[in-house]
Amino acid sequence: MSTLDLQTLGLRAINSQLNTSDVASGSSWEITEPQGQHAIACGLQSDIKVDIRGHVGFYCAGMNQKADVTVHGHAGVGLAENMMSGQVRVTGNASQAAGATAHGGLLVIEGDASSRCGISMKGIDIVVGGSVGHMSAFMAQSGNLVVCGDAGEALGDSIYEARLFVRGTVENLGADCIEKPMTDEHIKTVDDLLKKAGIDADAKDFKRYGSARQLYNFDIDNAGAY
Amino acid sequence: MTNKAPRTLPRKSATLDDYTLSEIRRAASTGIYDIRGGGAKRQLPHFDDLLFLGASMSRYPLEGYRERCGTEVTLGTRFATKPIQLDIPITIAGMSFGSLSGQAKESLGRGANIAGTSTTTGDGGMTPEERGHSKLLVYQYLPSRYGMNPDDLRKADAIEIVVGQGAKPGGGGMLLGQKISDRVAQMRSLPKGIDQRSACRHPDWTGPDDLEIKILELREITNWEKPIYIKVGGARPYYDTALAVKAGADVIVVDGMQGGTAATQEVFIEHVGQPTLACIRPAVQALKDMDMHRKVQLIVSGGIRNGADVAKAMALGADAVSIGSAALVALGDNHPDLEEEYQKLGTTAGAYDDWHEGLDPAGITTQDPALAARLDPEVAGRRLANYLKVMTLEAQTIARACGKNHVHNLEPDDLVALTVESAAMAGVPLSGTSWIPGQND
Repeated sequence: MSTLDLQTLGLRAINSQLNTSDVASGSSWEITEPQGQHAIACGLQSDIKVDIRGHVGFYCAGMNQKADVTVHGHAGVGLAENMMSGQVRVTGNASQAAGATAHGGLLVIEGDASSRCGISMKGIDIVVGGSVGHMSAFMAQSGNLVVCGDAGEALGDSIYEARLFVRGTVENLGADCIEKPMTDEHIKTVDDLLKKAGIDADAKDFKRYGSARQLYNFDIDNAGAY
Repeated sequence: MTNKAPRTLPRKSATLDDYTLSEIRRAASTGIYDIRGGGAKRQLPHFDDLLFLGASMSRYPLEGYRERCGTEVTLGTRFATKPIQLDIPITIAGMSFGSLSGQAKESLGRGANIAGTSTTTGDGGMTPEERGHSKLLVYQYLPSRYGMNPDDLRKADAIEIVVGQGAKPGGGGMLLGQKISDRVAQMRSLPKGIDQRSACRHPDWTGPDDLEIKILELREITNWEKPIYIKVGGARPYYDTALAVKAGADVIVVDGMQGGTAATQEVFIEHVGQPTLACIRPAVQALKDMDMHRKVQLIVSGGIRNGADVAKAMALGADAVSIGSAALVALGDNHPDLEEEYQKLGTTAGAYDDWHEGLDPAGITTQDPALAARLDPEVAGRRLANYLKVMTLEAQTIARACGKNHVHNLEPDDLVALTVESAAMAGVPLSGTSWIPGQND
């Protein structure tokens, strides 16, 4: 494992190092002293492993492709936003908009996620060990959001085809989001994701939420829901 | 002369005019607001309200066709390591594949290439055809992030963060289900045939402080090579420009309310935002106040139609302009040859704006393969290139007449205004006076 000290090398040098075309596939990297800086390990494109020892600011691992990034601490706004593939994990909590607009890969938040977790998600799988804040999965298009704790207000507002699974309570559901039956297929999906995330929970304890598909085409009689 | 009391002529209300009456009836019948494409159609103070003075005893004109008048422009000189070099100061504004056919997008790329300028993606992402046919392509980074991926970000020549647009400052978008083909649906990660709502604000940042960090992320991901534009609708141009500079923009695009949209509520298009003319002076003033004029480039859009408009925008301090609706007209939109088909759609050539319905007989604002096939990208691209060249020649003609060897040397002193309103908006004297309303009265 190679160690990169952010306070010594600076953000540009570290991101450049991790994004060089000759970065070895499968290599392991450790970033020390992140001290809450923004845009750490964003835009990675190789199947490398990166461990960040400490708290990070906004957009850590943003637009990740293939890389496996672990934040050993808490993460700021937009963790793994627009991730395409790979895996991002935070051992602590994540701030707003974790996994926003992400197309693929797995995001694991071992602690809590703040508001708008999974906003406009487009195919990512997100597993949250704790709870999520208000407006999570707003306009969520596809992918899975698994919440082991509780969900705040307006879960899944204006949701499209994403699937939401919550073990605890949901403060309330957003427009066009409804509870749906948990089938064996859904239990298996949740179970698989929990195992991938390394979180010990029983998939049978979760409830499923998704789109009622009533707002898919404009209807004036639904105007109050817009 | 009879004893019968004379009757007054029938008199229609100026307030409840024919259009207003038709809109009330339409709303009562359908129960939905009117949606259309394009920009504001109402009469607004515009570039036609300004005149150039030309050369006189105190100014030497340049010899037309002999003495050089430069039109090249470099965009992104502040931070980007690879600024964009354009031959002409007219760019093609962002318009999406989805709202436009693939043929129309290809035509825009071909025309821009010939003329030596850039074109721009739109909501929905970048298509390979668009990248392949556009020598210089600006990638729009929009709130919906439909089709957004880092590979395309790196393929782009510049990145335009869209905060708003002139047709609907503060509004999101809606691509109605009838235009969602299999390919559009796939690009946007949504089912076919459903309305696709585009959010009105970005999902992972709010405000200029966050935007500064977002720009840092985009620069890190693209190795600090790409110019970063910030596009704002014509709302509060002084503060929007100042905050965009503060957030770290290389280029600022200010889009007035005549700027077009693919589909938005009529009430939004006509009643929110400011005219393009009113936006330029405050935006330029903000740049000057921050010592950033010409360091952060300003692109103005919304109702640019000819070389005179280009020259006037330059004279007021813009570095370049951008066209959208006019470019579509150059491709063939609203052409009188299609009048019979426009009549079948309940409209007429020159007024067709139901772009959201996907029935465009010109094959431009449609996803219908048969309609789209009507547009030959090579022919349409050539028409666009011709139009861009004419606009450039016109702007050069005016600049030479004002004694300027580059269109960027045009200045407010070259202008007067025909109306008090336009004089106040543009910050130039009312014609025949030295009066600039709001400045020296």
